[in-house]
Amino acid sequence: MGLLLDPNRRRPLTQVLVRRNALISVICYMAGVVWFMGLAFEPFIPHTKMTETALHHTVVQEGFTAGEMAMATGREFAANKKKAHGMPVDWLVKTMESRGLEAFTQSFNRTLPFPDDNKERVIVNGTNVYGILRAPRAHRAEALVLSVPSSPGNSNNQAVGLLLGLAQYLRSQIYWAKDIIFLVNDHDLIGMQAWLEGYHHPNATGMGWSPLLGRGGSIQAALSLELSSDVITSLDLVLEGLNGQLPNLDLVNLFSAFCQKIMVPCTIQGKRQRKDWDTVSGYSHAVQTMLLMVLKQASGRPWGNHGLFLRYHIDAASIKGINSFHQYKADATKVGRLMEGMYRKLNNLSARLHQSCFFYLMPSLSHFVSIAYYMPAFGLLAVVPLLRALDLWVQLVSPPSTADNVCSVTAIEPTSSPSGILLSVLTPITISHLTGVALYTLPIRSQAVAVRHFPLSETEAVVLTAIVIYTAGLALPHKLPSGQRTGQGWRVLKLVAVVYLTLLLGCAAFVNFSLGFVLALTLVPLAAFVTPHVPKFPSAFIMVVLSPAGTLLFSVFFSRELQEMPVGFLGGWRLLLSAISQGILDNSLYGSLVYPLVALTIYPCWLLFWNILFWR
Amino acid sequence: MCVCVRHWAGLANILLPRSVQGFCTMKLLSLLCLFSVYLVVWSNNIETKAGQFFSSGHTNNWAVLVCTSRFWFNYRHVANTLSVYRSVKRLGIPDSHIVLMLADDMACNHRNPKPATVFSHKNMELNVYGDDVEVDYRGYEVTVENFLRVLTGRMPPSTPRSKRLLSDDRSNILIYLTGHGGNGFLKFQDSEEISNVELADAFEQMWQKRRYNELLFIIDTCQGASMYERFYSPNLMALASSQVGEDSLSHQPDLAIGVHLMDRYTFYLLEFLEDIHPASTANMNDLFKVCPKSQCVSTPGHRTDLFLRDPGSVLITDFFGSVRKVELTTETINLTITEEPVKERPMHGDLQKERQSYIDQLPVSEIIHQQQSRVKCKHVLAAVRKGHHEIQQNGVAMGRNCVSHSLRTQWMLCVRMTFSKRMSITFSLLKPVFFQPIKVTPNSICAIEA
Repeated sequence: MGLLLDPNRRRPLTQVLVRRNALISVICYMAGVVWFMGLAFEPFIPHTKMTETALHHTVVQEGFTAGEMAMATGREFAANKKKAHGMPVDWLVKTMESRGLEAFTQSFNRTLPFPDDNKERVIVNGTNVYGILRAPRAHRAEALVLSVPSSPGNSNNQAVGLLLGLAQYLRSQIYWAKDIIFLVNDHDLIGMQAWLEGYHHPNATGMGWSPLLGRGGSIQAALSLELSSDVITSLDLVLEGLNGQLPNLDLVNLFSAFCQKIMVPCTIQGKRQRKDWDTVSGYSHAVQTMLLMVLKQASGRPWGNHGLFLRYHIDAASIKGINSFHQYKADATKVGRLMEGMYRKLNNLSARLHQSCFFYLMPSLSHFVSIAYYMPAFGLLAVVPLLRALDLWVQLVSPPSTADNVCSVTAIEPTSSPSGILLSVLTPITISHLTGVALYTLPIRSQAVAVRHFPLSETEAVVLTAIVIYTAGLALPHKLPSGQRTGQGWRVLKLVAVVYLTLLLGCAAFVNFSLGFVLALTLVPLAAFVTPHVPKFPSAFIMVVLSPAGTLLFSVFFSRELQEMPVGFLGGWRLLLSAISQGILDNSLYGSLVYPLVALTIYPCWLLFWNILFWR
Repeated sequence: MCVCVRHWAGLANILLPRSVQGFCTMKLLSLLCLFSVYLVVWSNNIETKAGQFFSSGHTNNWAVLVCTSRFWFNYRHVANTLSVYRSVKRLGIPDSHIVLMLADDMACNHRNPKPATVFSHKNMELNVYGDDVEVDYRGYEVTVENFLRVLTGRMPPSTPRSKRLLSDDRSNILIYLTGHGGNGFLKFQDSEEISNVELADAFEQMWQKRRYNELLFIIDTCQGASMYERFYSPNLMALASSQVGEDSLSHQPDLAIGVHLMDRYTFYLLEFLEDIHPASTANMNDLFKVCPKSQCVSTPGHRTDLFLRDPGSVLITDFFGSVRKVELTTETINLTITEEPVKERPMHGDLQKERQSYIDQLPVSEIIHQQQSRVKCKHVLAAVRKGHHEIQQNGVAMGRNCVSHSLRTQWMLCVRMTFSKRMSITFSLLKPVFFQPIKVTPNSICAIEA
């Protein structure tokens, strides 16, 4: 530490860091990106391995054979659903009771702030139906959940059929040590949220629901099944939950172990695993899979029923049946056997899953990147603004004696007093944060006004208000009185801004690595190069492109590209609007943190840099 | 006619030259030569067996069988322990001499699709839970503290006798442990562990407290060999399922029960023990060959340097069984005393060691003890001779004098004493072709007479 504490001896180090600042920054940034891309290369990262002792081996006998019957039940369910114009509650309760479950219902209602994009619903009234298989010999202290989302429409009926078929078969087994709750939740995630709140009591989102009359024990793990066809070509595992939370990796390992045992092709992010990791196309396949996971995780949305379980520290995943044009077809019996095997193993758990990682990325189903591997990539990016901060600090505290420093002329201004500088810095900070608050609160509050004055739908009103406020923020620096601006002021402001940015990105990365990394990827170069002395208009263009909204647009395009469903500009714009509205809705419905984080902190921080660019 | 072994040999030697003189034909000569060789070899065999008969100095057998793992997925550890329990019980150690510690109750686990059973073989072939299992320490009672207390005998006064290891300096003890272990430790439950140093010290304390005559230690766990490498007390023999750095692997995955039923080492140990019966002559060298690397995947290890007898002369039943060394025959038994000293059996390897035995702490008691026992032995030996004489004369069924249990035990002690005093005793045993002995269990000696 002597080297760092002694001002004389640390001077050479500081000088090197200051003189070579730009070079080191560029190297760090490039290294961070290269490190990240290297994570998808199989030899660098470990193979997934089951670490939970209770789940070791797949030595269980799957006896489920009633796949055909389950599909017939699914058709029956579809017919009843059509008849009832919604959830066929009575039929479900009767069927569950006839299969030996304790059946219960839960009704809920929820008024959405504005209609959501694809389903056009505002007031949601629904009923969840669930049946509890009581463990015949055990106490009722623990439970497992199998949930199937059901929404008006024709999807997911087969999953309900399979759920009922499985319930009937599993009921006849005597080896259960945990209750199994079979849940058919109405209105997708809203019903799921209502049920989870009812089960765990605290009302987190202001939803109205009736209390649950039957409970199992504490939920140890949950799976959600989505199946919309009688046969499938592969099963896709969905992991990303609310705020980028992930289930324990052992749940993934369990799934892939049973996929291999039952011999069903399994995918993650809809991408099959390839064996040719050493070829360019094989590597790029892995990169695409990983990037899709990063983008999905960064969105902070629950990508299935499972996403809401994770908030209650219940490991959960969604299993989606996919029916594509592949020749191989697996029937419902195979899917049922896979589910049976997984539940039989989960039944062996003696504690919640805790042995394996909770923070990981998956370039394929058989390999994972743990937090220890991916954090250095983020660290290398986060070093860049800190280096800039060091540079600025050195410039501020020690007036440079050499004339070759371009900034030195403006650095020393005899007229600038400390209080003046503080004021000149505080003003833009306050204004940009107020803009952020407006961006967070106004879209929903002002939608009624907007709908009254403009020919817009409510959803459009909210999204366009958000965009208008966002754009209005860009005009702010010109409205500031220029008298407060001193030559030293922008350095202080930039110093504050880069430290603030590092802090924000660090926090974001610890909560949701993907979000932090994606934001760092765009905001870090911006933070590094912006000064009042760079050419105004090209820089402004770059800044807008690299702003949070630009990042979102780019991510939307890129994710469609990765899913091999490219869209045109118009389609991309529509997706952007949908993404914004969905982000706002996720925040008000489930408490997703991405929208408030971006609106209240990241966007104001970006505005500070915008302010610096137009500093006079 | 019953002739002692030595006489057989002697007779053959004397007879041989005479017959050669008498017939003088090459054919017969060679035939007789072969016969004589056979006799000599046979006599040596008998001698070895007679030697083995008294080589183990124990009078009672104890077993401490411990499963240290909880939870359903450790089913195999309970099955391991129960299979050893089954074997020792089948070979004659009564429940009162077995301390069985099971950390979990697999038979009643909710996850057991076949309640009240614990199987050791696939397809539910062998139920080791049986109908008569006496578990002494169960569930959370299985702790390091309790285990060490059982070994060292430092129990609270209220402890029932069934939970104690009431061994003495003439006890052969079998200690079997299974569970999850690492280099130098064995995990108990999920909360604590016993280290190899603690275990070695416990055995030393047992030795100093005269709690065993000989001790066989078997452990089936990962890196099992690390558990016995710190032992330093005498008369210990140890076996482990794997070397340091190796994992011990499971065996017998059963899809219906949904777990692995046994560990490899104990599985093959059980198979080996199933072939052992109370009169088996299988010795420790056979036990060392159980589960070679091709079957076990891990390399089983054993340690015999602390053990003073040749493992080849130690019967499996010395530890796994409770075989009383008594054979009643209808033939005469001559207990003659020859002058020539018994040749010391060569020790394993070149190392000659002195047999270690307990030294009395007070010389006074030693003197008294020797005097008393010398007097006593004379009486006892005489009584036994008399008893045998009567049996010989009147036949077993008619014999009035019964060799009582206590008399027999005293006689065993005396025989050993005389044996150690270089008095050669010859004894007929274990060759049904020649002697057709009647096996008599300890409790039924009198019953036969009646």
